[in-house]
Amino acid sequence: MINVIENKKYFLGFSATLVVASLVLIAVFGFRQGIDLRGGTSWQITTHDKDANVALIKETILSVENFAEVNVRSGEEGKFIIRLPDINEGVHQNILSAIMGEFDGVQEDSFSSIGPAIGSELRRKSMWAIAIVLLAISAYIAWAFRKVSEPVKSWKYGVVTLITLLHDVSIPAGMMTLLGYLKGIEIDTNFIVALLVVMGFSVHDTIVVFDRIRENLILNRGKNRDLKEVINFSVNETMARSVNTSLTLILVLVALIFAGPPSLLYFVLTMLVGTVFGTYSSIFVASPLLYLFQKK
Amino acid sequence: MFNQKRLVFVLVFLIAFSVVAAVFVYEPAWKKVSAFQPWRLGLDLAGGSFLTYEIDLGKVSSGDRDSVVRGLRDVIERRVNLFGVSEPKVYEESIGESERLVVELAGIRDVTQAIREIGETPLLDFREVIEKEDSQGGLGQATTTSPEFLRTELTGRYVKGAQVGFDSVTNQPQINIQFNDEGAKLFEEITGRNIGKPLAIFLDDELLELPIVQGKISGGDAQITGSFTIKEARMLVERFNAGALPAPIVLINQQTIGPDFGAGALRRAVAAGALGTLIVMVFMLAYYRLFGVFASLALLMYIAITLGFFKVLGVTMTLAGIAGFILSIGMAVDANILVFERTKEELRKGLSRTAAIQEGFKRAWTSIRDSNISTMITALVLYYFTSSFVRGFALTLFIGVVASMFSAITITRTWLKIFVKDKQLKTNNQQPFR
Repeated sequence: MINVIENKKYFLGFSATLVVASLVLIAVFGFRQGIDLRGGTSWQITTHDKDANVALIKETILSVENFAEVNVRSGEEGKFIIRLPDINEGVHQNILSAIMGEFDGVQEDSFSSIGPAIGSELRRKSMWAIAIVLLAISAYIAWAFRKVSEPVKSWKYGVVTLITLLHDVSIPAGMMTLLGYLKGIEIDTNFIVALLVVMGFSVHDTIVVFDRIRENLILNRGKNRDLKEVINFSVNETMARSVNTSLTLILVLVALIFAGPPSLLYFVLTMLVGTVFGTYSSIFVASPLLYLFQKK
Repeated sequence: MFNQKRLVFVLVFLIAFSVVAAVFVYEPAWKKVSAFQPWRLGLDLAGGSFLTYEIDLGKVSSGDRDSVVRGLRDVIERRVNLFGVSEPKVYEESIGESERLVVELAGIRDVTQAIREIGETPLLDFREVIEKEDSQGGLGQATTTSPEFLRTELTGRYVKGAQVGFDSVTNQPQINIQFNDEGAKLFEEITGRNIGKPLAIFLDDELLELPIVQGKISGGDAQITGSFTIKEARMLVERFNAGALPAPIVLINQQTIGPDFGAGALRRAVAAGALGTLIVMVFMLAYYRLFGVFASLALLMYIAITLGFFKVLGVTMTLAGIAGFILSIGMAVDANILVFERTKEELRKGLSRTAAIQEGFKRAWTSIRDSNISTMITALVLYYFTSSFVRGFALTLFIGVVASMFSAITITRTWLKIFVKDKQLKTNNQQPFR
């Protein structure tokens, strides 16, 4: 039996360190936003030409128009990913014909150019979506636990859920910021979606633990057992199922990372990290926090 | 106790239903049976172009906005239909103050040409009609007439606007057109030349209407009367306005995905889904043994039935949508895990097997309900707060979660009730209560 409440300062300390580190990373480096959030062009081509390389493609593009920002990366099997400011169809065609003139067997895999207006609107909507999900889930928990207001008031379950959710999303967000800084990985709409899914899912385990605490509190009514003991007992009783329910999702996510389409890699990775820490938080963060809240 | 026969009947029905769903879902097999409802693939999987246009409504009075937007959509729809792609889509999207038109072209070959043609401002013009006699000159040959259209200078530029009106006498719907000063002069000349003859109105080189000129019309107000319904009149007005009013469109977002690229992503997504399912089943079997067998069977039935739902409802499958469904596979067994863990606890307390299972389902229910509701909240918010790409994900996640509650509870319970028996011959089937 793990004594979650007794050792709470280690568990909470570990979480607090990661959250603070993530927030510092976000504050210092900021998110590296993808073209759907800030506007721009993302373009992928494939060429059979052995002579094609990043520098040559860049040169070809710059010969058509002198962009302030051109980013070319090479992928597997002659694929090249090109990033530009947003361009209109005319410029797109000019560059494409220049590239086709320069290299053999060029094929356009995907092209997308997004104006800045769409980006700012997506950012605004994303913020709203995150705020609404945070509040709606916390409010639902407070409501779902309304029938057991003794000795722990139901709004406290809601507040602890809110804090746990913030914990669960800030860590993957911090990770993506770090990846953005180190490897130039950008966050896009999918990242926002991943955060929302993490919130929806990580609360599952928290609910299971809280549900058990609620049940044991009712069973112990009048028996005068210590709250600390009840919470600790409940967490340990439900530990296996908390881990197992998350594990099934983690297995699926791992399958997606290794066998799934590369374009979903960071989407899935964000969810994977969020789910792992979401499981951790439901066991080692939510319950100690509930105890701390109640103790006062 | 539940009637055992009835349970067996329910289970046989569910299995048959799943098998039919599985055949329906698996395209290579289904193709041999019927051509009904093939899978609909999104642009990111089938390849194609996704174009978003901003409509500049700056010069349009607020009352005319709807009409102008609909007119533009209509014009673009007709242009797009000529590209010969399957199921092209053109729809309006209003975001805040701005009005947009989204054009989806699946599997289009020449996007550049398409963009050029869509981007042209619709052209409305008036043409004189000359009845030309084709006399073949041969003996006894009848002369046939074929109309020839002669372009005039009068185009949509000179049209101020058009509305649906009603004839004061017959109360028939009619179309009122107003020209500006220059247009009024041109129109006066043209109608003067063509009294009693038809005057053709073209939109994008396509004949819209062929009214007969009743007399010389001066002053710039014209009426077109005919035997059209109010609906037809309204549609014509929209087309007039689209060709007349200056509402330029600007391409603000373009996404093009090559067909091979999409097919590769689809293959990998399906492979990852199958692999994920397999691993989850192996885990359930290894950890929960006999119970795991039933959970795995329920999971397979869940997959077949849910995919069947998507297909029969005509849900467009995008990469994100498939990802959402694969996630729901990982979540679908969660309810089973909660029930089985609870059942194990009840067994430890000394309950009989059937009683423990019954308690397991009953007592795990509140957790299952609350946690699934939290995911449903997320899916709903995602659906209402994001763009069409994410909607596919939100929709499949939502349907997946709802269906998984059904499969994990109803299907698994039916399996367990039929195949798990108490070891003692006589057990009390009374509800244990603490």
